[in-house]
Amino acid sequence: MNSIALPHPNYVEARRQHGQDDDPRGSVMRLGAVPFRLVSGAELPEVTVAYQTYGALNADKSNAVLVCHALTGDQHVANPHPITGKEGWWESAVGPGKIVDTNRFYVICANVLGGCLGTTGPKEINPATGRQWGIDFPVITIGDMVRLQAAFLDQLGIPDLFCVIGGSMGGMQVLDWAARYPERVFSAIPVATTARHSAQNIAFHEVGRQAIMADPEWRGGSYYGGPGPKAGLSVARMAAHITYLSEAGLHQKFGRKLQDREALTFGFDADFQIESYLRHQGSTFVDRFDANSYLYITRAMDYFDLAADYGGLLANAFKGTKAQFCVASFTSDWLYPTAESRAIVHALNAVAAPVSFVEFETDKGHDAFLLDVPEFYDVLRGFIGAAAEKRGL
Amino acid sequence: MATREADIRARDVRVDLLEIGRMIEPGSRVLDIGCGDGDLLYHLVHDRRVDARGMELSREGVNACVARGLSVVQGDADRDLADYPTGAFDYAILSQTLQAMRDTRAGLEQMLRIGKRAIVSFPNFGHWRVRMQLLFRGRMPDTETLEYPWYNTPNIHLCTIRDFIALCDDLGITIEKFLAIDAGGQRSRRVHSTRRANLMAEQALFLLAFNGERDASGAPVYR
Repeated sequence: MNSIALPHPNYVEARRQHGQDDDPRGSVMRLGAVPFRLVSGAELPEVTVAYQTYGALNADKSNAVLVCHALTGDQHVANPHPITGKEGWWESAVGPGKIVDTNRFYVICANVLGGCLGTTGPKEINPATGRQWGIDFPVITIGDMVRLQAAFLDQLGIPDLFCVIGGSMGGMQVLDWAARYPERVFSAIPVATTARHSAQNIAFHEVGRQAIMADPEWRGGSYYGGPGPKAGLSVARMAAHITYLSEAGLHQKFGRKLQDREALTFGFDADFQIESYLRHQGSTFVDRFDANSYLYITRAMDYFDLAADYGGLLANAFKGTKAQFCVASFTSDWLYPTAESRAIVHALNAVAAPVSFVEFETDKGHDAFLLDVPEFYDVLRGFIGAAAEKRGL
Repeated sequence: MATREADIRARDVRVDLLEIGRMIEPGSRVLDIGCGDGDLLYHLVHDRRVDARGMELSREGVNACVARGLSVVQGDADRDLADYPTGAFDYAILSQTLQAMRDTRAGLEQMLRIGKRAIVSFPNFGHWRVRMQLLFRGRMPDTETLEYPWYNTPNIHLCTIRDFIALCDDLGITIEKFLAIDAGGQRSRRVHSTRRANLMAEQALFLLAFNGERDASGAPVYR
């Protein structure tokens, strides 16, 4: 672990209350006995998974819930973040008595392969060289992330999952889980996601990657020990952040309002609130995220095309599934619009999988999956409750 | 089964839904189109052990169903039935929704493509009370089963029992069973002939099948 400064006091305090140390990675597991073979054919000599768990595994080992995080998320789903000190990225839904009730379920969230908060990724040490991987790290896929999660759950001794849930890239992992390990998934909740990245999705990611690589501080990926491509990563985040919001939401929140000034300055300062907001999003992001991880994870998302892995027909991916699905989308999400969720639902219908689907009305855009949209939470609560009853939990 | 019956009574399941339930063998795969809050689905799944799913246009309806543990997809019957594979279900049910479809004929055709059988219920516009209101008051009917004023009714394709039978004949659809239902949902046991039902029945319930020619994909070739 380097480049992570001292953990935030909020995090340290929360960990101490549970008798845990202040390692920002949370818990760490090494899977080192055999090399981890990737979809590309490349091999990682050893892999580490950094993760958090909440609640307790029951005697039957039947109450495990895997929460899959999105592109810039991490394992800290329901505790203060070790770097920002802000609450966990889905603390509104995960916790004691909440929708994903940690009094009832054993909730696991692991940093994805290629991530930058403790799981093997480009900023970790390449055992072959003793230096950080940088862009010598092999290109990974969503499937690799899921396969690593499965190997990690094997080590934890968890045979199958009561529920796999995630939004955006987390939702891609949910779909891959259901397709790849049909016998290990009892219920699946892919939210605001897609079964394949569209040209538009890839285009936005390419803008972000080019911004990073155009920053001279990127240094061909070998920037560790230096300042790193902060400007590039910040621009990548700014561009991506626009895709997470809706035009209506932006207009309502910012309009053409000016930032701490009475009139236009006729310069390139952040005259508008929206500019100031995006700059803030960009600059805080670089404190907690690794630029190379951003390259690798966006690439994995771009490569995601679940149907292509199953003969070009999405329904084939779900042929063996025994899971019940709850697919959710949001009206103002133009990154992964409702049509993408409908395509998933059609494929599930084609194989007679029990599936529920709801599109929620909101102007919060793609980001809505992280926010407390009451109708969305009502449906999640209903679906999870009914599934738990079926599972005898 | 005694407790099951008591449970059904306690939940006050509508009688016409019970009639639909009786038409369906346990273990069947069923799609309830326009499933509303999921009363029929719940009855089929819990009381009749049917593998039933639903489609519902309103978000509130879908929310209510999912919260009850039912598998329901938000969708528009006029648009989304085409997305289901041929023969995906043993039964496709359209309970009190036929008259609200934009393209009723296409909807009926789709039902007997995706379902081996179809169950359809609708308010009978030929009922004598409807006829009397039009004849003597000269106003659009306002009855228990047709409670909306003409200017904002969702019921845009009302028909009589004989109209519906004529459409089935046109399409080559076989009527396997017919029940006359009164406004309260009770089966009208004295009404057997469809001709008499066209005057006496407030609602109609049909069990339909397609026994004609099918194309290579197994989809019916309608006349």
